[in-house]
Amino acid sequence: MLVGIKNASKLIGISVIACCAVLVCTMFLNFYLDVQFIENEITSELSRVFYHAQVSTAKVVCLVSGGCLLLTALVMLLFYIKHYIDTHKKELGILKALGYSNLKIAKSFWVFGISTFMGTAIGYAGAFLIMPWFYALQNEDNMLPGITINFHPSVLFYFVVLPTVCFSALSVYYAWYKLRKPVLLLLKDSLQVASKPPRHRTEKNRELSFIEDLKRNTLKSKKALVFFIIFASFCFAAMTQMSFSMKDLSSEMMGVMMLVIGLVLAFTTLFLAITTVINGNTKTIAMMRVFGYSQKECCRAILGGYRPMSYIGFVIGTGYQYGLLRLMVDIVFKDLEGVPAYKFDFPVMLISLVCFITIYEILMYVYSEKIKKISIKEIMIE
Amino acid sequence: MIKAKDIIKSYGNGESRFQVLKDISLDIADHDFVVILGASGSGKSTFLNVISGLERPDSGKVFYDGKDITAFSDHELTAFRKENIGFIFQQYYLLPNMSVDKNVKMGADLAGNKDYKTMIEAVGLGEKLHKYPSELSGGEQQRVSVARALAKRPKVLFLDEPTGALDEQTGRQVLDYICKLQKEYDFTIVMVTHNLNIAEMANTVIKMNSGKISEIYTNETKKTAYEIGW
Repeated sequence: MLVGIKNASKLIGISVIACCAVLVCTMFLNFYLDVQFIENEITSELSRVFYHAQVSTAKVVCLVSGGCLLLTALVMLLFYIKHYIDTHKKELGILKALGYSNLKIAKSFWVFGISTFMGTAIGYAGAFLIMPWFYALQNEDNMLPGITINFHPSVLFYFVVLPTVCFSALSVYYAWYKLRKPVLLLLKDSLQVASKPPRHRTEKNRELSFIEDLKRNTLKSKKALVFFIIFASFCFAAMTQMSFSMKDLSSEMMGVMMLVIGLVLAFTTLFLAITTVINGNTKTIAMMRVFGYSQKECCRAILGGYRPMSYIGFVIGTGYQYGLLRLMVDIVFKDLEGVPAYKFDFPVMLISLVCFITIYEILMYVYSEKIKKISIKEIMIE
Repeated sequence: MIKAKDIIKSYGNGESRFQVLKDISLDIADHDFVVILGASGSGKSTFLNVISGLERPDSGKVFYDGKDITAFSDHELTAFRKENIGFIFQQYYLLPNMSVDKNVKMGADLAGNKDYKTMIEAVGLGEKLHKYPSELSGGEQQRVSVARALAKRPKVLFLDEPTGALDEQTGRQVLDYICKLQKEYDFTIVMVTHNLNIAEMANTVIKMNSGKISEIYTNETKKTAYEIGW
């Protein structure tokens, strides 16, 4: 096997995202399917309104959360495959030179689907474990007749089997697509091939210091990582603020669940993105240190550019959670009585921002210590 | 003046421990052109790394104008390299996503050198300021690394097999640029090579064998790269 299970295990980020997506979606979709069984048993108008609100909530959550997380997992998968091919160009080039076809090499990339399977299977099983509690929570005021948990094979198929098969197939296809290069191009030094031809630059750009220039360059060279940093802070901002609002709109436990999912997603993504940034720039950092750049300057050049991106993610996340809750309250729950009025919670946003800045800066400090430990002999190890 | 005293350096642990440098002492005068000559595995690159402050010896000291750099903290060593040392490696190690001028700026910014483009012109790459490393030949890339190292105005320039990845003609061209620039900027050169011919270009030649200095001699008359026919 050209690409082993060990390589797939590095895609823990996809597993975590898939797990969160399937956990949330399975709970809501299963509830959506089960609650339909009791539609005929509903007699009062109030219960009917509540029923429709629950059905709509399940649809919205499945579509918005599931869609958003699916898209992120997809981007992460493609990023990892591209990253794997970029960092193993020479080995793959040798295999091609020896006569392996693109398809034969690409076929071994199916193992990347295992990470999806791990995540979806855990998410699915986890959803069934907490489903009794979730069902009880959804019908806390007993406005609906008793809802029994049923096993729906279609949910298992759509949330576990289908994503695994699709992600495996996509991995093979994308690897095959990326491998359609001449052997010599793959065999050449990967760093050199990665270089891009010069573009027309403005006078302003030319006046930038080396550190500022490198900062911009690091951001531009791996745009997917910018997306992940934005996504991480987006998750943090949206889920933490939403969890506080959920206390009033739904229940405290729902808020806690949302908070946990948000934090897991945010930190896993942030951890993986920053680790990739540092690993991808080890030689640059080592060379800078050989020349006499301080640890602080190295951190500023390599990691500094991501700080504004994380704040952008925080702003988008704040806007997203406000928009989503507004949508729920104004449209989904509009006919339901007793739903509290929803307003933007400025103090919660402020607390969330302070927590985010503190945690982000602690993480950056930890990574700057990692940069300190990079041996300047790294550049001599080819 | 660089003074190495009783340098010992080993790699590995336990039974696989191997002594690479065996009690080496050496003086290098300011503005000298020193070539450290030796076969593969003789310890010449390790010695260069130790005297340039890239690696710490197991025992022994390295003095620069009387200051013991082996006693420096990592932070002090970084600051020391910033102020005093330039490096040129066999594999160039240019930043692939940055153009020639930005690569040279990496060195120039450390010394606050705004006139770094002069250095690019001095190595004959004035026309290729905005080219990227992948668009340059091996010789041109090494000339960029020469400009980058010298743009920080080092007092000592360390070169580890600078022509190792180049063909004869290109290697000769790179060496001539370095010699020409030494005359102009008056820095000390310490170059590691296994090429016997290059040794004829130096003032002082240090031969290393199995982790020890086997011979030191001075060339009365230095030759240019063209004269040695390399």
